[in-house]
Amino acid sequence: MSALAQHSPAAPSPALDPTRSFQGLLLTLQRFWAERGCVVLQPYDMEVGAGTFHPATTLRALGPKPWKAAYVQPSRRPKDGRYGENPNRLQHYYQFQVILKPSPPDLQQLYLDSLRAIGVDLGLHDVRFVEDDWESPTLGAWGLGWECWCDGMEVSQFTYFQQVAGVECAPVAGELTYGLERLAMYVQGVENVYDLNFNGLDGEDRISYGDVFLQAEQEYSRHNFEHANTEMLFRHFSDAEAECKALLAAGEPAAGANLPRHELALPAYDQCIKASHIFNLLDARGVISVTERQSYILRVRELAKACGAAWLKTAGGGAN
Amino acid sequence: MPDLLLELFSEEIPARMQRKAADDLKKLVTDALVERGLLYEGAKAFVTPRRLTLHVAGLPVRGRDVREERKGPRVGAPDAAVQGFLKAAGLASLDQATIVSDPKKGDSYVAIIEKPGQETLAAIAEIVPAVIRAFPWPKSMRWGKASAAGASLRWVRPLHSILCTFGAETEDTEIVPFEVDGIVSGNVTHGHRFLAPGPITVRRLDDYVSSLEKAKVVLDADRRKEIILADAKNLAFAQGLELIEDEGLLEEVAGLVEWPVVLMGSFEERFLDIPGEAIRATIRANQKCFVLRDPATGNLANRFILVSNLAASDGGVAITAGNGRVVRARLSDAAYFWQTDRGSLPDLDTFAESAEKLGLDLAKPLDQRMAKLDKLGVVFHAKLGTQGERVQRIAALARELAPIVGADPEKAERAAKLAKADLPTEMVGEFPELQGLMGRKYAELQGEDTSVAAAVEEHYKPLGPSDRVPSDPVSVAVALADKLDTLVGFWAIDEKPTGSKDPYALRRAALGVIRLVVENGVRLPINKLPEYRIVTPDAGPSATSFRRDVTVSDIDHIDFGSMIENVSNDYFENIEKEDLELALNFVQRQIEVDDFQREVDESVRSRYRIERIEASLGLINSHEDLLSFFHDRLKVMLRDQGARHDLVDAVLGEGASANDDLLLITLRVAALGRFLDTEDGRNLLAGYKRAANILKAEEKKDGEGAFAGAADLQLIADAGLIEEKALAVALAQATPKAEAAVAAEDYEGAMAALAELRPAVDAFFDKVTVNDPDPAQRANRLKLLNQLRQATRAVADFDRIAG
Repeated sequence: MSALAQHSPAAPSPALDPTRSFQGLLLTLQRFWAERGCVVLQPYDMEVGAGTFHPATTLRALGPKPWKAAYVQPSRRPKDGRYGENPNRLQHYYQFQVILKPSPPDLQQLYLDSLRAIGVDLGLHDVRFVEDDWESPTLGAWGLGWECWCDGMEVSQFTYFQQVAGVECAPVAGELTYGLERLAMYVQGVENVYDLNFNGLDGEDRISYGDVFLQAEQEYSRHNFEHANTEMLFRHFSDAEAECKALLAAGEPAAGANLPRHELALPAYDQCIKASHIFNLLDARGVISVTERQSYILRVRELAKACGAAWLKTAGGGAN
Repeated sequence: MPDLLLELFSEEIPARMQRKAADDLKKLVTDALVERGLLYEGAKAFVTPRRLTLHVAGLPVRGRDVREERKGPRVGAPDAAVQGFLKAAGLASLDQATIVSDPKKGDSYVAIIEKPGQETLAAIAEIVPAVIRAFPWPKSMRWGKASAAGASLRWVRPLHSILCTFGAETEDTEIVPFEVDGIVSGNVTHGHRFLAPGPITVRRLDDYVSSLEKAKVVLDADRRKEIILADAKNLAFAQGLELIEDEGLLEEVAGLVEWPVVLMGSFEERFLDIPGEAIRATIRANQKCFVLRDPATGNLANRFILVSNLAASDGGVAITAGNGRVVRARLSDAAYFWQTDRGSLPDLDTFAESAEKLGLDLAKPLDQRMAKLDKLGVVFHAKLGTQGERVQRIAALARELAPIVGADPEKAERAAKLAKADLPTEMVGEFPELQGLMGRKYAELQGEDTSVAAAVEEHYKPLGPSDRVPSDPVSVAVALADKLDTLVGFWAIDEKPTGSKDPYALRRAALGVIRLVVENGVRLPINKLPEYRIVTPDAGPSATSFRRDVTVSDIDHIDFGSMIENVSNDYFENIEKEDLELALNFVQRQIEVDDFQREVDESVRSRYRIERIEASLGLINSHEDLLSFFHDRLKVMLRDQGARHDLVDAVLGEGASANDDLLLITLRVAALGRFLDTEDGRNLLAGYKRAANILKAEEKKDGEGAFAGAADLQLIADAGLIEEKALAVALAQATPKAEAAVAAEDYEGAMAALAELRPAVDAFFDKVTVNDPDPAQRANRLKLLNQLRQATRAVADFDRIAG
């Protein structure tokens, strides 16, 4: 008898049960936030270090227009690769990202309700908001907030953005970032990420997180630490930086234009994202010295700031 | 007398900010009340993660009436003066003013302004919003819709509600009405976030506290601490274990819960192979849990204490299990660090050059880490070079200091070279507070000499006035070298502590040097410290013509800038302070011009030049300056130990810069203190003061130095009184004795010699009139007193002793 056939009609199918399947957790969060007015987006189609890099957060956090979005974002941290040997660390993992602008007064309560929705019993588990201020030097961004603990484990990051791309947020957006693998390990009661049940099924139908990602972790660790062509990467970094600047310049409104709008903010920002990821790869390869490191971060930040400034001259950024 | 109750209810306040916020709230509100003449009987502030609360007891219902008299012009003064007076006093016409008569000045107008006292309620309604808007959070934020506007309210985290009631004990209280950024004051609060989230209507402090307690909120942070500590100890005791107390952690966890529930978890025994300090550090830093020890062995137990914020429906089983899982994951990381740090680094071949330079053995793990630290070029301070360069300096200095402190120079140098080697280890990278300690463990494991391994840990000591001072000579040598390198270095680049700012903990380093020297009996003349050289990357060619070319008159015509740019740092060390100051002045003016003309690159270059000139100036000033810094620290230390710091001044005398031996200064101060505690000492001091006062008064008449030189002994023999003769003899005997004793560093002997003077001095003042009508007698007696002053100066400057 297959696992699918076993479930009672009242309970969710195990394939969709957030406490039984990784995908169920993800789908439950999407549904939860969709019901609260968020547009549910798909992952951005570029390599990023965190969900915050998605233009739906970085750029949409800027300017006066209200915005509510939720999405899953694969996040790449080349340095965190462990060749599939560490039960908690991955160079590719999923973040679930929610951004609400302006931050609603009941954001903490909404967050707690979302935990309930994925099966965390708040009468049984100790959920705490522990100070953790967020800062991204590469994005020129910072905010105040907490890491959210469930029984001593950090399961989410909760931030009120104060500044993004060097620009003060007005109004302030609230950002929630769920570490999906950690949360799933918690609700499934699993000690090793690769043992997570991905599809919620049992027996031969069961697909684990390791079935999906173990080989990828091994191969990408090799790539990140040993094989990535650094000479090419240095070149690509410069190319992305130059292209970003060129697009920013080309998109500037013409002098005396009727509607002084920037016309290439989004493509320029793509190049900024690209430069940031290439920097992370070079960093993982260990070819950037301590002093150079700072200067690379500053170069990406300059791009991010310029992109933010350009975005504010677009319709999305609220330009009149 | 009515009370005020104020509660500011917000999202979770960072634990580290809570206590100060409560103090600030109390101070700001009560100060503002007092400023308006509203005195109170008592005030107390409380804080939990979600609320800041203030209770002010015994306020008046309203402030006192104020009556003010404002003087105006005299009667019949010009109209402009009268109009000005009326306007200032707020009067409609002179009819409202009073006329006062003064027999000397005539009649003039006076306005009597009577202000009725303000209702306290109204005063609070003004004070509290102002305090909230200007609250001194270390970090604050904006939030929500209101943040679209520029000047929205800032708070540490979103502020949700304000409870503010006022009223007497026997009556119903009133809500103090005000509004801050859309938040309207009220009389409602909420209980525990999960256990009792419903609204609670509040009247005053006592029902507030008891309602909150019922709603699972312990308002008082100190009570939460007591509960946590007592429950933790009980849980530990029940398992035959002992809680390792940790006040900092206790304070923090009490700031993370409103309803503390203490639970015990465990981890696998195999993790106990990890050094106990590392286990404690990881459990403390990452999980904010306490560790326990087995009282029989003193070793850590495989248990931990966690403090949750929830009385869970399963009694805490799930919470304990969850925390245990995280602790195990963290300990797995620590075990991995512990293992990795003891193994070889993968990229050894790239460290060969560094190993060669520092004389390291790349077969040993800790040597590899030091080589890596050097290779990475990690900067210690932009103007003081890299960690590798610093270690080289410390090693050379430790070797040099070794014979002075009785250490083997080889061992001292070896220990210095390994002292910072644990910085790039995984364990110290994760837990910086374990620096030194891990280095020692790794040093022991690779078979270093016991003293060398101990010095790797102990060279950071003493870390404060109560920390232990190392006594192993190798540790003393490296500890001194480390601290002196830091002090001399930061002095040379002019990064000295100012006021409350001491970012590099230089005061602590100086105190450390003093304690190392004094408690180990080390003779270390500060002025003879090795010359310090600043390591900067690009020293240009030396320009020998620099001095010759510059004069004050042509300073504006010379291309000073390019000259400075070509001058190497070496060169700066050999030129005069005045020239450097001229150069500095010139470049500073140049920057103003550059900035004005927006020559950004040029301005940046000039700033770099200034840094270099200032560094050189710092070098010139540094040694002398550093010595007086040591003297100040010594005074602070002796004062903290209960000694009289005026005695330090007295011992240092006028030629303070010559007194660069901290140990001798301390010994002298101690001997002087003991002497002054004796009858002889006290009397001699009194006699000295009397002599000095007479001399000062007479020197004013006859001129400074009028009584220098030896007294005429013949005159004393022929015409002097017996007491005068006795003093002359005593001085002739005691002075050389005291001087010889000081020279031999026998301070007790010097004091004893001075003590011999006392009977003669006492008798002299008893019987002899100094200001004799005979000018020759008078001058001779004053000379005698001057000799007494000189004799005491050999030991200390008695003028600087109080009393």
